[in-house]
Amino acid sequence: MSKPGSAGERLFNGIIKENPTFVLTLGMCPTLAVTTSAMNGLGMGLTTMVVLALSNMIISALRKIIPDKVRIPAFIVIIASFVTVMQLLLQGFLPDLYLSLGVYIPLIVVNCIILGRAEAYASKNSVWSSLFDGIGMGLGFSAALTCIGAVREILGAGEIFGIRVMPQSYVPFSIFVMAPGAFFVLAALTAIQNKVKIAGEKKGRDMSKIQSGCSEDCMHCGKAGSCEHKFYDTAKTQKEGR
Amino acid sequence: MLAQVKDLLLLMIGAALVSNVVLSQFLGLCPFLGVSKKVETAAGMGMAVIFVITLASGVAGVVYRCILEPLHIEYLQTIVFILVIAALVQFVEMFLKKYMKALYEALGVYLPLITTNCAVLGVALLNVQKGYGIFKGMVYGFATAVGFTVAIVILAGIREKMEHNDILESFRGMPIVLLTAGLMAIAFCGFSGLL
Repeated sequence: MSKPGSAGERLFNGIIKENPTFVLTLGMCPTLAVTTSAMNGLGMGLTTMVVLALSNMIISALRKIIPDKVRIPAFIVIIASFVTVMQLLLQGFLPDLYLSLGVYIPLIVVNCIILGRAEAYASKNSVWSSLFDGIGMGLGFSAALTCIGAVREILGAGEIFGIRVMPQSYVPFSIFVMAPGAFFVLAALTAIQNKVKIAGEKKGRDMSKIQSGCSEDCMHCGKAGSCEHKFYDTAKTQKEGR
Repeated sequence: MLAQVKDLLLLMIGAALVSNVVLSQFLGLCPFLGVSKKVETAAGMGMAVIFVITLASGVAGVVYRCILEPLHIEYLQTIVFILVIAALVQFVEMFLKKYMKALYEALGVYLPLITTNCAVLGVALLNVQKGYGIFKGMVYGFATAVGFTVAIVILAGIREKMEHNDILESFRGMPIVLLTAGLMAIAFCGFSGLL
């Protein structure tokens, strides 16, 4: 493996080793909501990737300037600015995708992955590594969303990327492109994750990285090294305030 | 007048049951899956969400109508809303702690968790997208939050019953909860006949 922090290592880490969806189980709201088709999943994934890479880069560049106490609001403003930029770009150049993703584009701001990476990686590492960390994580997220979207599209409509793949006689389970299908697919996914984890533990491997869903709230799955702080640092502000 | 009331009633039913915020829009999944182990805590979380979403959609509506629109900077809504909501929750927490001890004790622990809730920002953005005014937006927000509470309390009830069941090893924990949520989502699809 190449040395830590290099571009290749970061990409590998984001796509395989710490895949945000399959391994860390972060950012479940968009994962469930927009994966009605492979195309939507890919669009959402790539949009998130651009925001993630750029915000990681800027946050890393500003990491010595931003005071520790206000870092969460500062990160949020940076992320929200990039989300707004992406929203306007999509509206201008990909209006179809913009319409089908709808309110989930601005909601990228509250995606655990982005703030999680800012907090866990970009605020501690160099600009170059942070950029590639963002790209790697974003690619991992895109790959996961595209896979989930493809499964749902094949089962629910017999198509993939809008091209018919199942034989004519196939009767689609339209439930899979509807809301309940998202829960079922994710249930199957987390069950597989559990299975891998249990099998790995039996062989004595360290499987603590695999988070099977946020077992508590987002605030508490700090074990994933990510969304323990959101918006503002409650514990700290309480100490400061009183 | 009557027509308006009927309109609002339909809006509330639609927001609370038909397009339920968690089960069909997937907003606020984290608390839905995370804080649904006991009915009691789930109800507490639900109350806190009702309180915050109603307030936040009102404040976000005022900010949008009175500041962003006159200045023609609507495109800044995402940034502005998220800061307004974060500040609001912080403020509400401080206010309750100082002046309403009883309510703070009931809701206090849940308040910081709510800022992490994408439902709050989602409702504020949906209000703008759907062109609701300040009052209508608050009604929509309230109904959405009631829908959240209904869903989380039902899920918590099922989970309490399920606790002692013998479940396949790899389905223990999250997977079985997600399956339950999926079945609930199918049940909630039935409400679409109401409108």
